[in-house]
Amino acid sequence: MSDQLGDVIGRVLPAPENCLSTEKLEDARKARRRFMGKALAMGAGVAASAGAATRALAAEGEDAILKLPAHTTGLGQAVATDGYGKPSQWEANLQRRQSPGLTRVNQASVSFTPLQGLFGIITPSGLHFERHHQGWWDIDPSQHRLMVNGLVKRERVFTMDDLMRLPSVSRIHFIECGANSATEWGNVAVPTVQYTHGMISCSEFTGVLLSTLLEMCGIDKKKARYVLAEGADGSSMTRTIDIERAMDDCIVAWGMNGEMLRPENGYPLRLVVPGIQGVSWVKYLRRIEVGDEKYATKDEAVHYIDHMPDGTHRQYTGIQECKSVITTPSGGQMLLDKGYYNVTGLAWSGRGAIKRVDVSVDGGRNWRTARLEGPILPKALTRFNIDWVWDGKPAVLQSRAIDSTGYVQPKINQLRAVRGTRSVYHQNAIQSWLVSENGEVSNVQVY
Amino acid sequence: MNAMLFSSFRVLVAASALALGVQAAQAQSRPWDTIGRDATRAEVKAWDIDVRPDFKGLPAGSGTVSRGETVWEGKCASCHGAFGESNEVFTPIIGGTTRKDIETGRVAALVAGNPSAPQKTTMMKVATLSTLWDYINRAMPWNAPKSLSADEVYAVTAYLLNLAEVVPADFTLSDKNIAEVQKRMPNRNGMVFYEPLWKASGKGDVKNVACMKNCEVDPKVHSSLPGFARDAHGNILEQNRVIGPVRGADTSQPPPKGPVGSAPPPKAVVVAAAAPAGGVDAKALLNSNSCTACHGVKSKIVGPGFNEIAAKHKGRADLEAYLMGKIRNGGEGVWGAVPMPPQAQVGEADAKAIAQWIAAGAP
Repeated sequence: MSDQLGDVIGRVLPAPENCLSTEKLEDARKARRRFMGKALAMGAGVAASAGAATRALAAEGEDAILKLPAHTTGLGQAVATDGYGKPSQWEANLQRRQSPGLTRVNQASVSFTPLQGLFGIITPSGLHFERHHQGWWDIDPSQHRLMVNGLVKRERVFTMDDLMRLPSVSRIHFIECGANSATEWGNVAVPTVQYTHGMISCSEFTGVLLSTLLEMCGIDKKKARYVLAEGADGSSMTRTIDIERAMDDCIVAWGMNGEMLRPENGYPLRLVVPGIQGVSWVKYLRRIEVGDEKYATKDEAVHYIDHMPDGTHRQYTGIQECKSVITTPSGGQMLLDKGYYNVTGLAWSGRGAIKRVDVSVDGGRNWRTARLEGPILPKALTRFNIDWVWDGKPAVLQSRAIDSTGYVQPKINQLRAVRGTRSVYHQNAIQSWLVSENGEVSNVQVY
Repeated sequence: MNAMLFSSFRVLVAASALALGVQAAQAQSRPWDTIGRDATRAEVKAWDIDVRPDFKGLPAGSGTVSRGETVWEGKCASCHGAFGESNEVFTPIIGGTTRKDIETGRVAALVAGNPSAPQKTTMMKVATLSTLWDYINRAMPWNAPKSLSADEVYAVTAYLLNLAEVVPADFTLSDKNIAEVQKRMPNRNGMVFYEPLWKASGKGDVKNVACMKNCEVDPKVHSSLPGFARDAHGNILEQNRVIGPVRGADTSQPPPKGPVGSAPPPKAVVVAAAAPAGGVDAKALLNSNSCTACHGVKSKIVGPGFNEIAAKHKGRADLEAYLMGKIRNGGEGVWGAVPMPPQAQVGEADAKAIAQWIAAGAP
């Protein structure tokens, strides 16, 4: 066991939310003693308990190698000890978290995905960001129904049994809240990539194409111009979707990353609207109405509207334009030494696939093109990597994505010149991270 | 209605042999077409509750400003304030609009450079009256959505419109006059439909070019996180992995002074996630019963914090029964003027468990 992990054993600190009571701390201590007792009884664990080895190598080598730990010399746990496996206990720091002061009511709030610790392009389902408008539910799927009504030949009702019999697709798409990065319109307000960009996740969604359902119901192709999607929860969230999009790549989804949707993400049924802000991905989907006018629902007429400098609000600005961010090294992280780093991040576009990502380490003066990791899919997160040797001097890291339409991710001043600073939504500017000489990385604006 | 029209149309078409052939071909290419069933008229009526800007879908009914005030005080004021002005739980509904705005249909306080309101309110933004009616009807009150009658929704909408000086105090809002009232909405001309950000094929409104060498840039840091906010999001050390090329910065401490490597790196720690306590999980009950919408465990939101309630009544012999009564029947005056509505949705067992937990000091 390495010295760092040795330091960790048995250390249980209060969470930032102070959610650990004295009593729970005591429980945790007891649990640890029990565990150690068992290990000792099995004739092992001595090496593990002597975990505070020195960092410097002794003459013969490192204790982590020379002193065999309990897991090498003892018997491990049985299969199905945990019928639905969980992440390692060492990963508990990576949690969905709320941003203090952002919202005042927990049922109409948001939790952010810890992008600073994730790999590749798939967001673990348990870390998928949350946004609820009136609290979440765990709905009995046998009682859930989807209705299609309005400008169709046959107004239809589908059970989950019905839907799951239909021809399905599985596709990887990102979902980003329209208000992701909203805190940064005016100035820097939050410390880490979790809070600047954490209202984005990417999953493989499985379901039936909305177009399949609309065809089955006999959509009136002459008159139909929009569909309204409606949820079954208290707020019965509603959003307008244009008919071209509805007949193109929208999915009525039940699956996420190989399992059913998590309750927080709309179990048992949600709409997937690739490339469009998350609020349109109606959770607990109960109804699709086909109509010939836009609906100006609450989240199209009071929220999710872009406040322009001339005092107007732009309505129905759903596209999540091309955007990228470096996730490591990123704000609130600390480089441990000079030398080589693999700078890594995510890029995405609601209009198509990522074509290229450039990275600057000098605040945008010079750029190098990063490696894109596969798969590179339309309207999905794309992972990029680039080599960097840090010389210990202050550096400003930026990434700039270009999508398949040729659109280049803008700088924050370019965005402000058109949309002002009070827009709230659809902030897709280049993000800057300042690496200071002490190794700390912080959120800054450089343009 | 549409469905019926179409089915009779279909019968007509189906009479022709040609159409029969087409249908058969479709059935073959879509062998799943029979899955599902037709919705009944009652089912569509039960769920098709949306109201569009042209008021299609609006049920008949009416409500006065004064009835709206009564409903408001009982069911809405606890979150939104007596005059819809509260910024405590949600952003305010009323405020920031003027009589002049009602004339022009544009809220002047939204224009950059004009004197602005401290906070954008619903009434400053919303252009469509249908939106207010629809959302109150589908989602309010917060903890009991869809419990208002159509007339109550008209009344509450009328009350809000009166607070915003859109209609007079003796006004009755109904399906008959709502289109007229729409013409007085203060921001009715303030919305723009911007198609390029709606259509997948649209082009963005902000242009950048992919310069690669010696690009124009102002090297100064225009904005950074102020020092006092260093730990506003908790200790970032505890929000990063304990292994890998980086650690979280220890934001419980000031930043290290020397260059990298001159001080030992922050000691990585794993913070145990909170686990529910044994027995009844009172805090889960508080969440599932929406108590936390208005009460903090340690602080006031709308109503007092649970610890404050526990402290105030410490030693009271009938505390459990007293608290159960307050939960189920509501109350007013103990903690200020804002009433707590009765929480009839909280079951007997839950109310008892919550009361016991508060009586035990809200640990």
